[in-house]
Amino acid sequence: MQEIKALIEKEIRLEWRQKYALNGMLLYIISTVFVCYMSFKLKVDNIEPITWNTLFWIILLFAAVNSITKSFTQEGAGRQLYYYTLASPQSIIISKIIYNTLLMVVLSLLGFLIYIIMMGNPVMNIPMYLVSIVLGAIGFSTTLTMVAGIASKAENTSTLMAILSFPIILPMLMMITKLSKSAMDGLDWSTSYDEIAILLAIDAIVLSISYLLFPYLWRS
Amino acid sequence: MRQSWWKILSVVLLLYTLIQGLVGTIPRQPVLNETLRNVYFHVPLWFGMMTLMVASVWFGIKYLRGGNIQDDEYSSEFANTAILYGALGFLTGAIWGNYTWGDPIPKDPKIIAVEVGLLIYSAYFVLRSSFEDEQKRGRLSAVYNIFAFAAFMPLVWILPRLTDSLHPGNGGNPAFGKYDMDNRVRMVFYPAIIGWTLLGVWMTSLRIRLRAIQRLKAEQ
Repeated sequence: MQEIKALIEKEIRLEWRQKYALNGMLLYIISTVFVCYMSFKLKVDNIEPITWNTLFWIILLFAAVNSITKSFTQEGAGRQLYYYTLASPQSIIISKIIYNTLLMVVLSLLGFLIYIIMMGNPVMNIPMYLVSIVLGAIGFSTTLTMVAGIASKAENTSTLMAILSFPIILPMLMMITKLSKSAMDGLDWSTSYDEIAILLAIDAIVLSISYLLFPYLWRS
Repeated sequence: MRQSWWKILSVVLLLYTLIQGLVGTIPRQPVLNETLRNVYFHVPLWFGMMTLMVASVWFGIKYLRGGNIQDDEYSSEFANTAILYGALGFLTGAIWGNYTWGDPIPKDPKIIAVEVGLLIYSAYFVLRSSFEDEQKRGRLSAVYNIFAFAAFMPLVWILPRLTDSLHPGNGGNPAFGKYDMDNRVRMVFYPAIIGWTLLGVWMTSLRIRLRAIQRLKAEQ
């Protein structure tokens, strides 16, 4: 526990010094949203709710892939070796997942704010939409952290990251868009318990598998 | 002879399947009509694919535990045959769907699931080809294999049962076994499953032996 806490602190401090992920990704989201704003809002001023929703999740997905890719590549091989001697692989992956989840929750909530300012807000049930964003952030970060670990060992990290993670993340994405669409339509909470339960279950599976498999990854 | 009884069994069962599938009698069903013959080909191919995928993951786990390079070859070749079976199952399904549902690729969660599955395994081979070092390749691809399998299984087994699906046994549709299959069909269907699965294992074993010979030649 102590180890995990120290590692998360290290990640946050590293981020705070460089401010790369937060600022870079925020700007990334702003510029993508702006592109959407120019092509949808300015041109026709008429966007279907389903397009609104899907567009938002696609933006978030790409932001997540881009920001999490660097969680293993930003530190050099030498420093990783140093961590290897200091901490257990389990606490490394858990700390990375927790840190990435925090980062993603902050990023997606800010992204949502920017998105509704620029693109209008058709969401009827805001609390439920926020829940879907938080669940999505947790799901993205758990899956992508592990895939980033795999992809970082190869040469062409960024290409591999996309092709390895998209198919795995699709089931989750389907559930999230469904949940957030229900939130947009202002449906009652009780209609979406199924999706929430499945999302949590997928998160649990991915988390436990990462916990078990990461030691093998770390060794190389 | 001791080693080859199952190959003979496979050939005999598949000949039986082929003859029964082309000229055997089949119960008349509304909508399905003669297309029910496809049940000897399409469905067993899926069963075979699932078996091969499980075998691939099994050898992946074995490789991670033991580090024997042969297990990695087993794992990748099983995945290779699983892709072939997946593609064949997809094709036979498209032909079937064309005549019963009026569309080769209708909107259906199971079809989406299998497309995602094919994407995952294609990504697996891209990942494999991006490593030079054999041990590293084995370890990372085994990790991805297990990880993808864990993410893929809920997609193909749970999601179609929750949403509406055209496939029998899903989304409130009755399963085939209940109404459409009489005992004559079962007499062919079960041997067909065994026959196709054995054929898959046979093809895989040939490829594994080829790989082993290539490895030995390279070492000389």
